[in-house]
Amino acid sequence: MEIVISHPRFYWGETGNDLTPTLFKLPIPASRNLVQSGYGYVLPDQNGWSRYLHFQSAWLLVFTGLLYVAFSLLNGHLRKDLLPDGADLSWRAFSKSIASHLRFERPSAAEALSYNMLQRLSYLFVIFILFPFVIWTGLAMSPAFVSAVPAAVNVLGGQQSARTLHFFVSLALVLFLLVHVGMVWFAGFKSRMWAMITGRAAVPKEGA
Amino acid sequence: MSETSTREPSPRDLSPRTLSRRKLITTGLAATAGVAGLGVAARIAQRYGLIPPDHGGFYGLGETLTYASQRLLTRHSLAREFSRSQISQPPFPNEMPPLNDAFKSLQAGGFADWRLSVSGMVARPSSFSLAQLKSYPSRSQITMVQCEEGWSYIAEWIGVPLSQVLQAVEVHPQAKYVVYFSIDPDWWESIDMADALHPQTFLTYGMNGGELPVGNGGPLRLRVARQLGYKSVKFITHLTVTDNLKTFGKGLGSSAPEGGYAWYAGI
Repeated sequence: MEIVISHPRFYWGETGNDLTPTLFKLPIPASRNLVQSGYGYVLPDQNGWSRYLHFQSAWLLVFTGLLYVAFSLLNGHLRKDLLPDGADLSWRAFSKSIASHLRFERPSAAEALSYNMLQRLSYLFVIFILFPFVIWTGLAMSPAFVSAVPAAVNVLGGQQSARTLHFFVSLALVLFLLVHVGMVWFAGFKSRMWAMITGRAAVPKEGA
Repeated sequence: MSETSTREPSPRDLSPRTLSRRKLITTGLAATAGVAGLGVAARIAQRYGLIPPDHGGFYGLGETLTYASQRLLTRHSLAREFSRSQISQPPFPNEMPPLNDAFKSLQAGGFADWRLSVSGMVARPSSFSLAQLKSYPSRSQITMVQCEEGWSYIAEWIGVPLSQVLQAVEVHPQAKYVVYFSIDPDWWESIDMADALHPQTFLTYGMNGGELPVGNGGPLRLRVARQLGYKSVKFITHLTVTDNLKTFGKGLGSSAPEGGYAWYAGI
């Protein structure tokens, strides 16, 4: 957020600055007085360490991401738990799953042990679409990276397009995180957190 | 009250307390090997100049990874060049540091007395006037300036490649960095030799077919095409060649890390 507020204007194409038209503007003041945000004051500028933190976290994301994908392929997590199996892909199963989500039904005991179909699809989307795309659009903004791999930014329509896309993909990831944590809460926070971290599900007990 | 399980536990549903001793030992060994590997990697990286001067502190690891990987990947790559029709109109002069009296008096003289002094690990320490710099064959490039704030513009930059000037003063082979200073005492930066000798690193005195406007760093700006705008220091008066950045400022390589920004801005 600190990085965005230093220039809360978004563009499409190669270049964009205070003299060019925007695609859209965030209705917030900026942390730099270069930007005409329409507000008479600037927000505190914390862009420096925010950027250090951002890029350090990006590396952490890349390493844990690669480890996760590598192990998911090796131990069958991807095949067994993430790829929807044939029966799940029928419209019937699909609509049933959506309906139960819309009724906010708590997951059954069997569901606690595996991912349901909507879960599988959204995880696959996050792991194989959103995360790679957020990394790609990020790299597409790097002047040194695109000097070696110019296609990374050219196919996105330019450096400012990459910035705008990066912003939206990040928003999608934040949204996923919020919904994800919300649903974990809904399904029982303690047992689910334990299961996520250790990978082992405690079988729900009845009548205790 | 009876506790009946709703489902037969499968072998996967073990309690987390049954982490085996073997697993602990394997993990321990892997971790030790990892730490030892990091140590060796750090030594190799140091040897090949892959450690940035601001590698200390909490964020040092991320910075080092970025700098090292980009040095390996992009040592000779050229920044994207654009067509003349893509030049930003109107040209964008960004916020100006207040110009000091030294600048103003040189400006009053039409910059006729502007000098660029070159010192450090060179055979012939020298001082160049703008006219002398312009007597070298001029080069131009149409490249983008990207600010860390998020804005950008494209312009044609005209000047002499820094490598030409470094060749003229005969840089010692042990040189590792070029440190360059603005007439504004708070703005100084440094680059490694890969960027210093890069064909798109220019001592820039012209822009879009004319003189370099003061708003864009005139009369003389060091243009570093593959890094963010703050590395392209405006109003250059002095540069020095060194193999050790520790002796400059707080030893972090440039004024950027002293203000909280990364030394390497190729991101």
